[in-house]
Amino acid sequence: MTVDSTAGAGKAPRAAKKAAPRTRAKAKAPRTATTAAAPELVQLLTPEGERVEHPDYSIDLSPQELRGLYRDMVLTRRFDGEAAALQRQGELGLWASLLGQEAAQIGSGRALRDDDYVFPTYREHGVAWCRGVDPLNLLGMFRGVNHGGWDPNQNNFHLYTIVIGSQTLHATGYAMGAQMDGTDSAVIAYFGDGASSQGDVNEAFTFAAVYNAPVIFFCQNNQWAISEPTEKQTRVPLYQRAAGFGFPGVRVDGNDVLAVMAVTRAALERARTGQGPMLIEAFTYRMGAHTTSDDPTRYRHDDEREAWALKDPISRLRTYLADNGLADEEFLADIDAESDRMAKRVREGVRNMPDPETLAIFDNVYADGHALVDEERAAFAEYQASFADAAAGEGH
Amino acid sequence: MTRMPIVKALNTSLRKALETDPKVLIMGEDVGKLGGVFRVTDGLQKDFGEDRVIDTPLAESGIVGTAIGLALRGYRPVVEIQFDGFVYPAYDQIVTQLAKMHARALGKVKLPVVIRIPYAGGIGAVEHHSESPEAYFAHTAGLKVVTPANASDAYWMLQQAIATDDPVIFFEPKARYYDKGEVSTEAIPDPLHKARVVAEGTDLTLAAYGPMVRVALEVAAAAAEDGRGIEVVDLRSLSPVDFDTLQASVEKTGRLVVTHEAPVFLGMGSEIAARISERCFYHLEAPVLRVGGFHAPYPPSRLEDEYLPDLDRVLDAVDRALAF
Repeated sequence: MTVDSTAGAGKAPRAAKKAAPRTRAKAKAPRTATTAAAPELVQLLTPEGERVEHPDYSIDLSPQELRGLYRDMVLTRRFDGEAAALQRQGELGLWASLLGQEAAQIGSGRALRDDDYVFPTYREHGVAWCRGVDPLNLLGMFRGVNHGGWDPNQNNFHLYTIVIGSQTLHATGYAMGAQMDGTDSAVIAYFGDGASSQGDVNEAFTFAAVYNAPVIFFCQNNQWAISEPTEKQTRVPLYQRAAGFGFPGVRVDGNDVLAVMAVTRAALERARTGQGPMLIEAFTYRMGAHTTSDDPTRYRHDDEREAWALKDPISRLRTYLADNGLADEEFLADIDAESDRMAKRVREGVRNMPDPETLAIFDNVYADGHALVDEERAAFAEYQASFADAAAGEGH
Repeated sequence: MTRMPIVKALNTSLRKALETDPKVLIMGEDVGKLGGVFRVTDGLQKDFGEDRVIDTPLAESGIVGTAIGLALRGYRPVVEIQFDGFVYPAYDQIVTQLAKMHARALGKVKLPVVIRIPYAGGIGAVEHHSESPEAYFAHTAGLKVVTPANASDAYWMLQQAIATDDPVIFFEPKARYYDKGEVSTEAIPDPLHKARVVAEGTDLTLAAYGPMVRVALEVAAAAAEDGRGIEVVDLRSLSPVDFDTLQASVEKTGRLVVTHEAPVFLGMGSEIAARISERCFYHLEAPVLRVGGFHAPYPPSRLEDEYLPDLDRVLDAVDRALAF
């Protein structure tokens, strides 16, 4: 079921008239009206790998596109597993695994245009992959050589945000700017079920609705906020929250890459054509621990995980590809080989990642300089140099 | 040169910024038709439109958080927080996001966001409308913190803050909004982070900023009647602090009193006392003394005249310093 609380709203949103140029590209707006017959969860590919139709959302991808999605998910899972292993080997201080959430991330990430902008949490490795961010860049912060450090504007992929929910406001502001610039670019903000409780997320919903900002709120409900189940965050299905803010919300099978892509495309089209924000709740499951520091055996049962394993996003697409003659053994073997090459590159890249120079502590604290930072940098450099001088003195 | 109150100087400065840079935006609660509760943005929405002078929902974290997004998109938002005591809902966005984003992006994004905050007391207001939270922000790397004390500085420092590629917390002494002064929009202003000697003297340095500069000048005048020469330094910038100007003054006078409305404990005066003790140890004839608010919540307004450092309390500290 989709909820469209904006239906029948009296006053046209402020930006509607401004959006005139966008109507050039007026694609058919998705039907988001309440459809009694529609099931609550949008699904186009069942866990068994069967294609099904949905009254409101559809998708028609070429064999090549379908194979592409499969490749993205497999490579992302392999990268994720490699990073987790590197953490266990002591090469990374921490890793936040996306295991199980590949379809939610690849389906939405591949729905975006290059000029759209992404505001991720710290777990969007699959979206980063779609944006062309070098996987090694993601590992820098988990190794402790930087706090992110990639150029957000290179791939329109903002830095990972660790404080929960903060980025939804940045995404909304960025979308307000994109709207003022007269573009038809859209913005997507990723967050989780836990973040839905944050004030910032609710403020972002408010601002986005009031300004009719072209922003998609993409909530990956992976059922767990570290040890707290979604029931500790909400008494209503999360997608229904949107109604109270005045924009549509929809729950999609987050393990169905086709449904996620179809719903995200529809939401983006709404945003591009001046129809404002939309909330997508991708219903999925965090198959692994919250991070490598977490121990899920303390708070959840294996049978829950086992039930979700039957809904695996990759195996259902593989079944579909195989059953329809869209992927042969050679294709699958090629992806395995590519995964191995990527994993090797990641391993070697991380091990060879240099530590930053000590005085980098003082770099980029300010764009226009600051007397105190300059003074402390000089003093610390002198202090450090004194050890070198002492060592040189001992040599005599 | 035009004589105008601080509130008008700020308004003129904002108007100039909107005129000269299409990327400058004003955001805040009631900044549109009302012109802000203090009228600092009076008439700006009428002339520049609702897209550039934006009335926001009543959500301070949302205001600053969306301003960050707008800055990432290339805009230069000037945010108004309605009162000092209302900034705390935005504190996380300011300290955790705004202050650090340039560094964590290794310099690849800039955050030219100005956050204007009417601050300090003395207006007979209810709770949460009279606070001096500057130390919280000066303590945070990545932020710059400034506060003008007169109309000319109000105009120019706001121009400079908006032109800065870093986030600037811009504290406006609300009790002084109607203090008038000469403003020349053609003058060449002092650098934003430079302190200024506003009264010369040889016996003691009195450092103040924002609303306390007027009090400090009254102290200097009163002390002059007793034959004491007080040198008043208007700090103007609280991050960074211009310690060089302060040091030069203290090396001349040998004594320093610092005053602010904010509580003394871990206030700006604490840092200044420590730094000046390090820099001027052999010049000091007396310990650095501080005069400010108490370690208590800002009192109900019927008590604020007693709570706020005034002529007599600052003079008392001056006398004690001179008695060493």
